[in-house]
Amino acid sequence: MIARSSLATAGIALALSMALAAPSARAERLIVSVSNHRVTVTPNYSGEELVLFGSVEKEASTPAARTSYDLVVTVAGPRADMVTRRKERKFGIWVNTDYRQFLQVPTYLALFSNRPFESIAAPEVQRRQQLGLNNVLLTQRVGPDYADVVPNDAFRSAFVRLRSEHGLYREATSAVTFLTPTLFRTGIPLPAEVPIGTYDVEIKLFSDGALVARTETAFEIVKVGFEQFVATTAHQNGFVYGLVTAFMALMTGWMASIVFRKD
Amino acid sequence: MQLYLPIADIPVNVFLILAMGAAVGFVSGMFGIGGGFLMTPLLIFVGIAPAVAVASVASHIAASSFSGAISYWRRRAIDPALGAVLLSGGTVGTALGVWTFTLLRSLGQLDLMIALSYVVLLSTVGALMFWEGLRAILRARRGIAVPMRRSGSHGWIHGLPLKMRFKRSKIYLSVIPVVVVGVIIGFIGAVMGIGGGFILIPIMIYVLRVPTSTVIGTSMVLTLVTMVFATMLHAITNHLVDAVLALILMVGGVTGAQFGARAGQKIRGEHLRLLLGLLILAVGIRFAIELVIRPDDLFTIRETGGAG
Repeated sequence: MIARSSLATAGIALALSMALAAPSARAERLIVSVSNHRVTVTPNYSGEELVLFGSVEKEASTPAARTSYDLVVTVAGPRADMVTRRKERKFGIWVNTDYRQFLQVPTYLALFSNRPFESIAAPEVQRRQQLGLNNVLLTQRVGPDYADVVPNDAFRSAFVRLRSEHGLYREATSAVTFLTPTLFRTGIPLPAEVPIGTYDVEIKLFSDGALVARTETAFEIVKVGFEQFVATTAHQNGFVYGLVTAFMALMTGWMASIVFRKD
Repeated sequence: MQLYLPIADIPVNVFLILAMGAAVGFVSGMFGIGGGFLMTPLLIFVGIAPAVAVASVASHIAASSFSGAISYWRRRAIDPALGAVLLSGGTVGTALGVWTFTLLRSLGQLDLMIALSYVVLLSTVGALMFWEGLRAILRARRGIAVPMRRSGSHGWIHGLPLKMRFKRSKIYLSVIPVVVVGVIIGFIGAVMGIGGGFILIPIMIYVLRVPTSTVIGTSMVLTLVTMVFATMLHAITNHLVDAVLALILMVGGVTGAQFGARAGQKIRGEHLRLLLGLLILAVGIRFAIELVIRPDDLFTIRETGGAG
């Protein structure tokens, strides 16, 4: 089911992307900002949409002929281990049989661009730069191996599909708009159930199918006030939290019996 | 009105949760059961993680059974001695259940075991109750007088040693079967994450021959103590009790339970058993269908921890 050759390919792709990440003399500079670097979760929080905007700064060394740019924005939420299970029919009932473990994969992942990835770069570049959900590295544990698999692997595609159904994985190839040839913006929709934590935003600029500039920014989603208090108490003082909850239950029950007392 | 739950980490509609609490509370007040077997699947259905649902429902059941227990206590419908003996067995059963739970989880088939035991237990208990209620109604229609104590009531259970007089229930019974029943209920409750009232009540009525007047109140005391214990255990070990969710459920639950208890007193016993039997059977069948029918999606994702 898992193509061994693709494991090797994924490894090479990883090494290459690391090599490319090293700074080199580039002709363009990207300046970006998100509308809010700290999203606070309050009692009436029900999702939010952030806006990322920025501009392409040309420098003296920029070839004058270079005018059209393509942009890919990758937003990756806090990472976690996840298990995808598959049900099969055994003795007439549907039970979980096979499973794959996904290691330290983003809990939220969004890829935005100004036009389809196929038009931005060649397949090889798309894979190396992890453009699109099909090319993002999702490490699985397969027996003793740690690797990504081919995009159409049953477990990988089911994983991506299920995350997408909840709006937690998304891909939009027309979400980035260029307001002027060098000024761009895109929205980052955060559904209500997005995980709490730090979100890394990576912005890659392409020209004529090649990566010409790259920058990073980040934002965080945090609980504040009452939510924060409840969550930390539950984790740090489980015993006290349990006592308070149990006491609250008894009080509620007692109050109800007084309020509704029949005399 | 949307409200963000601090532990479940999702926003929910407060009125929806209140209504669910009230509906389950009504049922639990009417039949004198905890209602965990209804509440937990409902919460999972609205998108709350199963572990958080199970943990938070425990405190909800504690609240509604406490409010119920108070009103039964006022009506002198609780047998303290019987409750205490049941509890001594219940504690041992809960500890055994938690141990088995951990063992099953390490074997990796906990979900299947829980689903299967739901199916077997709910269908059996539901079908038996339904059948018994139906027979009682038919007998009443034909005008046949039902003897209060049938010939089988003095079976081997009543021949056991260590007899004890339970004054309020007006029964003279060996403590052995009572403790055993407590152990079984505690065990089932811990493994399946339910209070066990719907199993305890029929066992008390048909096996222990406890008079109907003290059955519901006494079973509520057992449910109350096990659920307070379960809340503490979940809060300490898994940190998954969502106090905000629990509070909304409780407020809805205790209100519903009061109306349910009043409605229950207006309905005749055999009709009540027939209805409860049907309800339990329906939930059991629902679980069975889920196991047998090809699921919409063969794949499921579960977070197993990590940074974040």
